[in-house]
Amino acid sequence: MNKNDKKAHKFGMVIDLDKCTGCGSCMVSCMSENNVPFKEDESNKKDSITWMRVYKLTNGKSFPETEIVYLPRPCQHCGGKGDHGHSPCVSVCPATATDYGYDTGIVSQIYTRCFGCRYCMGACPYHARYFNWWDPKWPEGMEKYLSPDVSPRMRGVVEKCSFCYHRYQAAKDKAYYDGREDIEENEYQTACTTACPAGAIVFGDLYNPAHRVHEIVKPDPHPASINSTVVGKSRNPNVFRLLERLGTNPKVYYLSEREWVRKAGDNYLAGEWDKIKNHHGSESHG
Amino acid sequence: MSKVEHKSESGSEESTGECAAGDTKDDKGLGLGVIFFILAFVICFLSGTLLFPKLLYSKKEQPFNFDHKLHVEQTSDCESCHALREDGSFNGIPKLAKCMECHSETPLGETKDEAVFAEMYVAKEKEVPWYVYSRQPDCVFFSHAAHTKTKGMDCVTCHGPIGTSTTLKPYEENRITGYSRDIWGQNIWGIKKHSWDRMKMDDCAECHKKETGHQGYCFQCHK
Repeated sequence: MNKNDKKAHKFGMVIDLDKCTGCGSCMVSCMSENNVPFKEDESNKKDSITWMRVYKLTNGKSFPETEIVYLPRPCQHCGGKGDHGHSPCVSVCPATATDYGYDTGIVSQIYTRCFGCRYCMGACPYHARYFNWWDPKWPEGMEKYLSPDVSPRMRGVVEKCSFCYHRYQAAKDKAYYDGREDIEENEYQTACTTACPAGAIVFGDLYNPAHRVHEIVKPDPHPASINSTVVGKSRNPNVFRLLERLGTNPKVYYLSEREWVRKAGDNYLAGEWDKIKNHHGSESHG
Repeated sequence: MSKVEHKSESGSEESTGECAAGDTKDDKGLGLGVIFFILAFVICFLSGTLLFPKLLYSKKEQPFNFDHKLHVEQTSDCESCHALREDGSFNGIPKLAKCMECHSETPLGETKDEAVFAEMYVAKEKEVPWYVYSRQPDCVFFSHAAHTKTKGMDCVTCHGPIGTSTTLKPYEENRITGYSRDIWGQNIWGIKKHSWDRMKMDDCAECHKKETGHQGYCFQCHK
């Protein structure tokens, strides 16, 4: 299946930062869903692994203007420059241990193929990839709680969020059994999406106008007018992506009504933000 | 360059000269060397072909023999026991409950194996610890539904004519990887004559390339 195939999906996510309370349910559900090992000392952030990680941002102002926002960060599943599938991590992997699925838009990570050079970690602008410095150690009896749908990792390999791909596999299995061609929106939802008590995360197919994620993001399928490497820019003025101007074309969008939050998605020179803050995806395209 | 040429020329001259002279002592040494080389090659070749597989794989007997032919004659298909669940997943080797739809503590037939089954497992309500010949590594996702239900593939294409067998072969486990020998295949050189001789990733990819025009992205078969 190539990217021009009508059956192809482009799974993506939009996270409403005004709804996120920073409770961390997404992180917990992600770890238990994906057999992510935890360490004796989780405060050692050079060692701990968090496929989904909640960052805390502040507007830097003193009381009473202080505002805090929590930003959950899964793997951004970049489409790369021009959205052609040349994600930063995929381009540098010497082992083809990570590839871009043109049928789903999801960036894979194959642990048995990875030999741990960590180029991908250097290439990823979002710190979404983690290295296993040690073999996972499960407390006595806990290995029985591991999910059989996700293979556990060993020492010396890189791992990252997979958009709960095993749930897509399971949904497809069910569709095959029922004799259906494709899956429904609610059949494939990531663990973090279903766990979020605030309903801040919306997941679905960015190619399907009927999906909620498409309704919110309204992605512009054409290259942006001011930077042709950026594809899929949101036509919603409140939606932004992290470091969008790099042209990595992440499939994770963020939503906020507050301007300082949207500005925090990238680094801007003095005066730069005011010039580009009103550039959104073109309205002229359907 | 010229130096090298000169050297090789003089070398060949020397050897031809020796041959022409018929120096028996040197000839004997060369002959012995050739014999030693051939002998060493044969020993290494034979030990590699005959001894290495024995070293690499440990043999384990199944808990008791299972006659597939007999069961297929009774049920007439594979799906009666090896079936898809309603969620689209595959049940693999059936659990005891499935067997007990027909079997009970009193054997149906007169075979020794069924007696073992009835006595050791049915009576004690214990699952049979079968070794699975086609167990794939942990990182592999395989959808039986996609292959058998959607594309209508036959079980034999990948699993071979198991339905006509009357005995279970010993389970051979790779001592290094812990995988079944059926993944690599019986042939130690990796040569396959039938589609079911091997179950490696290359074999999946080969068929996918032929049937769908693309070997698929990593996550199609990995998890």
